[in-house]
Amino acid sequence: MGNEAIKNLGAQAQAGTAIRCREVKKYFEAVKAVDGVDLEVKLGECFGLLGPNGAGKTTLVEVMEGLTRQDRGTVEVLGYQWGSGDDRAFRERIAVQLQETQLADKLTVYETLKLFRSFYRRGRSVEEIIARAGLEEKQKERVYKLSGGTKQRLALACALVSEPEILFLDEPTTGLDPQARNHVWQIVDEFKAQGGTIMLTTHYMEEAARLCDRVAIMDHGKILALGGPAELVERIVGHEVIEFSAAEGFDRNLLEHLPGVKGVSGKNGGYLLRVASAKETLPLLLATLEKGEARLNRVSSRPATLEDVFMTLTGAALHD
Amino acid sequence: MISKKIRHPLVEMTVARLKETIREPEAMFWIFVFPILFAIGLGIAFRDRPPEKLPVAIDQRMSDAAKVSQMIAAGSNLKPVLISPAQAGQNLRTGKIALVVSHDPKIISAKNNAADALKANGLGPDFFLIFDPTRPESQLARLAVSDALQAGAGRKDSISLQDEKVTEPGSRYIDYLIPGLVGMNLMGSGMWGVGFAIVFARTRKLLKRYAATPMRRSHYLLAFMFSRLMFLVWEVGMVVACGWIFFNVKVYGSILDLILISIIGSMTFAGMGLLVASRATTIEAASGWMNFIMLPMYLLSGGFFSYTRFPAFLIPFIRALPLTALNDAMRAVINEGLPLFHSWLEILVLIAWALVSFTVALKIFRWQ
Ligand SMILES: Nc1ncnc2c1ncn2[C@@H]1O[C@H](COP(=O)(O)OP(=O)(O)O)[C@@H](O)[C@H]1O
Ligand SMILES: [Mg+2]
Repeated sequence: MGNEAIKNLGAQAQAGTAIRCREVKKYFEAVKAVDGVDLEVKLGECFGLLGPNGAGKTTLVEVMEGLTRQDRGTVEVLGYQWGSGDDRAFRERIAVQLQETQLADKLTVYETLKLFRSFYRRGRSVEEIIARAGLEEKQKERVYKLSGGTKQRLALACALVSEPEILFLDEPTTGLDPQARNHVWQIVDEFKAQGGTIMLTTHYMEEAARLCDRVAIMDHGKILALGGPAELVERIVGHEVIEFSAAEGFDRNLLEHLPGVKGVSGKNGGYLLRVASAKETLPLLLATLEKGEARLNRVSSRPATLEDVFMTLTGAALHD
Repeated sequence: MISKKIRHPLVEMTVARLKETIREPEAMFWIFVFPILFAIGLGIAFRDRPPEKLPVAIDQRMSDAAKVSQMIAAGSNLKPVLISPAQAGQNLRTGKIALVVSHDPKIISAKNNAADALKANGLGPDFFLIFDPTRPESQLARLAVSDALQAGAGRKDSISLQDEKVTEPGSRYIDYLIPGLVGMNLMGSGMWGVGFAIVFARTRKLLKRYAATPMRRSHYLLAFMFSRLMFLVWEVGMVVACGWIFFNVKVYGSILDLILISIIGSMTFAGMGLLVASRATTIEAASGWMNFIMLPMYLLSGGFFSYTRFPAFLIPFIRALPLTALNDAMRAVINEGLPLFHSWLEILVLIAWALVSFTVALKIFRWQ
């Protein structure tokens, strides 16, 4: 499959590019759901859109999937622009899992997959896809009886019946328990290992960190930062964070001038220091606080995460 | 049951539709059980009975009440009842009696001055017949009572008449009703069946999911129309069979013609169901439209009673309605035994509705 994808793309000018968005905008009346997005996803890459609810992730992905028409800008998927040719034929090459789709309740797992398989000219056998998604024991079960995790695996299996070149996943694990989430991740890993390109949205930073080669942090329809998960953390937050709470009584500016501190945020007596190394900054911090005669309540340090990236960029928490 | 081979998407989609419908108990009730219960209920309500005797009240205060009662009992289809003035008024109003015979014109209402004046002067009639002329059975009673009293008083008929009674299947109300039930059943299950399933799939984002595949959109819509055909055998067959078995309603025309008309009618209403569901995003909105479209047709299209009762200027419009066309074509085959080509205009009307609905639905259909 990967070979064929590359062969198809060989003829195109943007060899190596799976998805390209330029100044994409989509407004719903006053709501700027997507407000000028530029991004490029490479072939074989797993790309994540990370952002809170209402950030515009679904809207942007649906524009890429050709399900929603953008107001402005251009979108190319495998070099193809929606509406410029035979959209229906082009859909053979991509696969889509929508946020919160409910499949037909009264059909069984097998019947559902068989139906989806019939839409594609080429692809896997239903038996093979059932085995890959680990649905053997559920194949005669009707959809409405499935647990949330199994439903999600079925949704993923429906997307993978066709051996797609790009897989779009919109919040594939929202609401699932850790075990079901792991199960979904495994299926995604397998697709990735075979060279498939993935475009994924999530509001779980662990998911983005676990699956994605690169992530874009999105909020209010805009991309705030883009890069590899570790690189983003390093660049925007630093290596580690120190969290402490203390009663007022010291000069906040002093904190910002401590060696190794990349930034300070805080309110209501709770502070967060972004630092290159907690080991080096911590003693200096304690000394400073002591000098200011501030009463320290609590202090801790931990590695920085994508959550901190979001917090740094927006001043708000990803989850409330 | 499970076939491993992947068939044409239209076939797979149609099969999926069929399975979904069969596995929905409510749908099965409305498609299969309800029409039969309905036919039986109506059949019982409108069953043929020997003509009932018309109840005629006789003012019990009259000195000749017993004699009058005898004369009326001797008349055709009359049942005399002696009654007090108070009861007379009430029973006449509630329809328990058809007519009152009395010497007193004021037996029902106090104000009847003209008749009173005549009676006071000894110029009044032998009897007053008090009845409501807008009620057909009162009119009948009026004629029969008049005949009975005249005959009892010694009138001789100048010519002799004899009745020959004929009651034949084919002209009863149930004969009229069964083809209409078939038509209404095809309309109801076609529109609700298709319309609801689509709006439901849209609210669950399933339509959007299908739209994200290379599935041909026309296949999805056609699958609804084709899956309807499979239920047709039942929907039409059950009602016709019930009529035949319980009420001896015969199909005078050819069964093949009946099937063809049913198929065309079924396609028409599946198409209209698609159209109604093509943009609605909530079940409530779709129901509203369904009722808005179907209720007038239940009333106008000759399901329960003939549309010729409506003013003449309305008739061409009524005949252009799809249910009217279907009911008329059904009756031509079932009741009149006419060949299919006799109903060419009705068939044309049905096909036109089907084509327009399907084409417009496909154009304006909202996939999300
Ligand atoms: N069809 C729509 N009509 C109106 N507003 C919409 C529509 N779809 C999304 N929105 C709005 O656009 C914004 C982005 O939504 P969405 O793309 O679903 O965000 P996310 O997937 O990141 O949660 C939200 O404020 C949402 O309310
Ligand atoms: Mg979303």
